Amino acid sequence: MNQRYIISVLVNNQPGVLTRISGMFSRRGFNIESVTVCETEDESFSRMTIVMCGDEFILEQILKQLAKTHDVKKVTHLRESESVFRELIMVKIAVKPAKRRELIEIANIYDASIIDLSPNSLILELTGIPSKIDGFLLVLRSYSIIELARSGVSALMRGERTIKEVNDIG
Amino acid sequence: MQITGAELLIKCLKAQGVDTIFGFPGGFAINIYDALHQDGTIRHILTSHEQGAAHGADGYARATGKVGVVMSTSGPGATNLVTGIATANMDSVPIVAITGNVPLSMLGRDSFQEVDITGVTMPITKHNYIVPNVEDLPRIVAEAFSIASSGRKGPVLIDIPKDVQIAPYEYSEDKLIKMKTSLPKKPSKESLAKMAAFINKAKRPLIYYGGGIISANASKELAAFAEKLDSPTTCSLMGLGGMSSKHRLFVGTIGMHGDLRSAQALKTCDTLIAIGARFSDRVAGDRKKFAENIKVAHIDIDKAEINKNVRVDASLVADAKVALKALLPLIKQKNNKEWLAEITKNSAKHTVAKSKADPNPKHIIELIRELSPNNQIVATDVGQHQMWTSQFFKFYRPRTFISSLGLGTMGYGLGAANGVAVGTGRKTILITGDGSFHMNMNELATACKYNLPVVIFVLNNRTLGMVRQWQTLFFNKRYSQTNIEQKTDFVKLAEVFGAKGFRITSNAEAPAIIKKALAQSVPVVVDCQIDTDEFVLPMIPAGKTVDDIITNPELN
Repeated sequence: MNQRYIISVLVNNQPGVLTRISGMFSRRGFNIESVTVCETEDESFSRMTIVMCGDEFILEQILKQLAKTHDVKKVTHLRESESVFRELIMVKIAVKPAKRRELIEIANIYDASIIDLSPNSLILELTGIPSKIDGFLLVLRSYSIIELARSGVSALMRGERTIKEVNDIG
Repeated sequence: MQITGAELLIKCLKAQGVDTIFGFPGGFAINIYDALHQDGTIRHILTSHEQGAAHGADGYARATGKVGVVMSTSGPGATNLVTGIATANMDSVPIVAITGNVPLSMLGRDSFQEVDITGVTMPITKHNYIVPNVEDLPRIVAEAFSIASSGRKGPVLIDIPKDVQIAPYEYSEDKLIKMKTSLPKKPSKESLAKMAAFINKAKRPLIYYGGGIISANASKELAAFAEKLDSPTTCSLMGLGGMSSKHRLFVGTIGMHGDLRSAQALKTCDTLIAIGARFSDRVAGDRKKFAENIKVAHIDIDKAEINKNVRVDASLVADAKVALKALLPLIKQKNNKEWLAEITKNSAKHTVAKSKADPNPKHIIELIRELSPNNQIVATDVGQHQMWTSQFFKFYRPRTFISSLGLGTMGYGLGAANGVAVGTGRKTILITGDGSFHMNMNELATACKYNLPVVIFVLNNRTLGMVRQWQTLFFNKRYSQTNIEQKTDFVKLAEVFGAKGFRITSNAEAPAIIKKALAQSVPVVVDCQIDTDEFVLPMIPAGKTVDDIITNPELN
């Protein structure tokens, strides 16, 4: 059965690594829903957090294909119960001053902030788990969204354990 | 001592034990070629075309087990390597390709002869590098050789911009890095015990092995393992020679044009033990139906191969030699005498229609076998002649069948045969077709230039035989663009290049001409004028199963 999986990958922080990884996904017919990449606490490594959709066999193949890629140092599937996930969204909405109040109310409920304001628009920012972001967006759909940017998921394992201690994939 | 990046590269290559390079120079490799010239200790084989050089490095690597090295300039030189690199990648052949490129400051500006070769080759290499700084060269070269030759082997490309080639480098010998040759890890006791228990449960185990046996030099271990299980043993074409065709347990190859015995064994086994093989579609056909009613065990060095094409019941990730050695004492001696006899008896019921062709390509191949030594190396191109060679030239030793199998590269054979001859110094036979030979026959010039002991048999049917066979069987004899009918006179062609040419036009004259061809001390081309409609049989059509096997096209 198809479901969403989140994979964390520690890679060499070098030019071309993102192409190498994304190329492997497209070449083998795997789908990426989102990917975030950034340098880690150690500047020689980057962390990629990849959200993909598929069944457990596709997940197994992806993990193994990632593990044998030379620039990949560590790879692990992050289970929901053992990890924390966050995503950031910014939504720019066209709104006349008279209707601003409604949006401020929604922002308060979600703990979102208003990070830009102009006479006829505002930008809301929210950080949370992907399902919260989805819910937030659903509510905002009834307003006039001009544009939005979603960061994709970032994630870490709970507790003291780190990806560096992962011995085997999966 | 101050040297240039190009000089450093040559020193780095020598530190990895490189003594032979196949290649072709050009503007952005000129400094490397200059350093090569000044050093003077590495043998460089200048081919007619970079593709021939890439196939040469590949043939060299397959025949010797060493890493093959190919070098070219940037742009078109580099892109001409691509087919050769992809060929090596599909068949897990260890080669290192070195390309020159425009200076770093000119990259990305569509400069003359610039191509993003690391981008182009990313999906067809195990790994590739662009050298950003001369200081990185020793590390990158050592890494490239160790990546190419460890684990599941494969091609690595190093792209060196011109300014890195001319950059000054403060050299001392201790700065050279040798490749790490890490010994394959022994699998854990638990995983070995689990695999052994699984194998011991099998009543009728069939061994199916592939190129992993040859790559790991595990022929002896395979034979001992098969003998203890008393198990029929089949192989993919990549595995040919891994077990001698004379071995009583060998039941021929498996797959699209596999042996009737292996097909019978597959139908009646209860467990399939795959070793160093990857269930390619040419072996498995319909991968969802392949082996669906039997148990499957898979031993492979590449973890990603487990459950990739066929879902298996037991697996062991290990080098074939290490795994088989460790498993041998853990498995029980079996006796499959009755089953083996049954396989022989039942497979003999289906026979492939005997060909009346004159000259008969199968007969020619059998004659070449008879007239050459047991350790004869044979390269092929791709098509009917390749399948006939796999069926009728019996292979007794590993690293004697040199063929593009995963990628199926027509035009591979002559470049590869040259590489084999360079690497082994031995007489090398190329069995090819007129279609394949036409693609890269320019490399005959290379064979003649270096007077390589290459004997080429062109099974000339004036058509693209394998495609024609499909057109006959599945496209109602609509022969779209397969009748090549070129007017090439292969005997004259041989002479023009500086080789000797012979012609076989009947079965009767074949033995004498083959003998004469094999006795020459210069490259030889033998034009074997065979019939246009000779088939490769048996055949399991693409995507079908062993139950759909065609043995006589007139009955199907």
